[in-house]
Amino acid sequence: MTLKTRIIPCLDVKDGRTVKGVNFVDLRDAGDPVALAKAYDEQGADELCFLDITASHEDRGTLLDIVSATAEQCFMPLTVGGGVRSADNMLALLRAGADKVAINSAAVANPQVISDCAARAGRQCVVVAIDARQSGGSWEIFNHGGRKPTGIDAVEFAKTAESKGAGEILLTSMDRDGTKAGYDLPLLKAITSAVNIPVIASGGAGKADDLPSAILEGGASAVLAASIFHFGEVTLDQARAALSKAGAPVRPFP
Amino acid sequence: MKTIALIDYGSGNLHSAARALRVASNEAKKTREIRITHDPAVLQYADRIVLPGVGHFADCAANLRKHDGLIEGLEEAVLKRGVPFLGICVGQQLLATNGLEDGDTPGLDWIAGTVDRIQPGDGYRIPHMGWNALTPARAHPVLSDLGEDPHVYFAHSYGQSMIAAVARDNIFATQFHPEKSQRVGLKMLSNFVLWQP
Repeated sequence: MTLKTRIIPCLDVKDGRTVKGVNFVDLRDAGDPVALAKAYDEQGADELCFLDITASHEDRGTLLDIVSATAEQCFMPLTVGGGVRSADNMLALLRAGADKVAINSAAVANPQVISDCAARAGRQCVVVAIDARQSGGSWEIFNHGGRKPTGIDAVEFAKTAESKGAGEILLTSMDRDGTKAGYDLPLLKAITSAVNIPVIASGGAGKADDLPSAILEGGASAVLAASIFHFGEVTLDQARAALSKAGAPVRPFP
Repeated sequence: MKTIALIDYGSGNLHSAARALRVASNEAKKTREIRITHDPAVLQYADRIVLPGVGHFADCAANLRKHDGLIEGLEEAVLKRGVPFLGICVGQQLLATNGLEDGDTPGLDWIAGTVDRIQPGDGYRIPHMGWNALTPARAHPVLSDLGEDPHVYFAHSYGQSMIAAVARDNIFATQFHPEKSQRVGLKMLSNFVLWQP
């Protein structure tokens, strides 16, 4: 009955290339997203996440053709996000080959979008992405690729997202993103104890040994990372070994 | 050329199922046309039938019923002529007598049972989303040679007491997604292509 801890490489895509920055800016090139997707499928990634990081603030739709080419390489679940504003946007991505769609800015601006999407495709298709930064004793949501503070409390919003029909929360610590200082465990604990849907930990993984605490202490169901995988600093085998050794069961691979 | 009819009734996993069936047919060394269709005429000559499905039981049931003659064509092929059939996720759930997602909706009633919401319990979250070990209650050709400790991908909130797969005669159906389960899933689909019930 126990689900295995999911290991999810994340492709942050800008202008058709995978990029990775530190604290959401200072982007450097990490390769062709389609080639990376294929490599991760072969290495047994449990899922793949594809975020068009420029989509929202430049006001353009996600590049459906790249999603489609990426989906061609994947026999694992693919989550796509970036610029999703409506259930119609979501359905276009699902048709292009996404299995789940991540909604960020639009969900924060109008949580009803979450319900619309869940009603059209089922809640298991709807991932609500929360980008949060510490502010005093709590965490505030930022949107539009981490550019705009919203004044909204991350824990309260996570509960709202669940009640509106989110199937999963992709929780990124902006304080930790790209820093390799490890996941923000207090943030994770605050969110995972507030909701009963799965939470994906994101932001801060710097080494394989950072992964287990997100699950065992933070209560997350999955660990997401980008640069440590793209730049070959941690292989998926090493990630599986670290989780397994610490007592977080993983899917045996091959 | 032999034909695998993949039923198109608006399900989100249609194209990933088509892709996976194409790869699985090649791996089984069989040339198969994967025909995406809701035309009952195709079901008269299809050699296998696959019913995909993600999302909402009631919506999927309504969409299936929208196409004139589709259910009759499925029943004629699968129940009367014994054409090998694979149901995936909601495509499995629809085989039940009824589903309780937002009201009580009749299913196809090919396999008696009710699809109900999984109750959240200790240590797991709903939706039940991720990789889980498959433990066959008994051997089945579609589940042969999956390797040691096979894992498959689930994404759902409803089911029949967490039954991962059901089989009877020429019908095989999975709650999980073989099209998203990498090697294990592709092997299962190539077993389905070769299956002679």
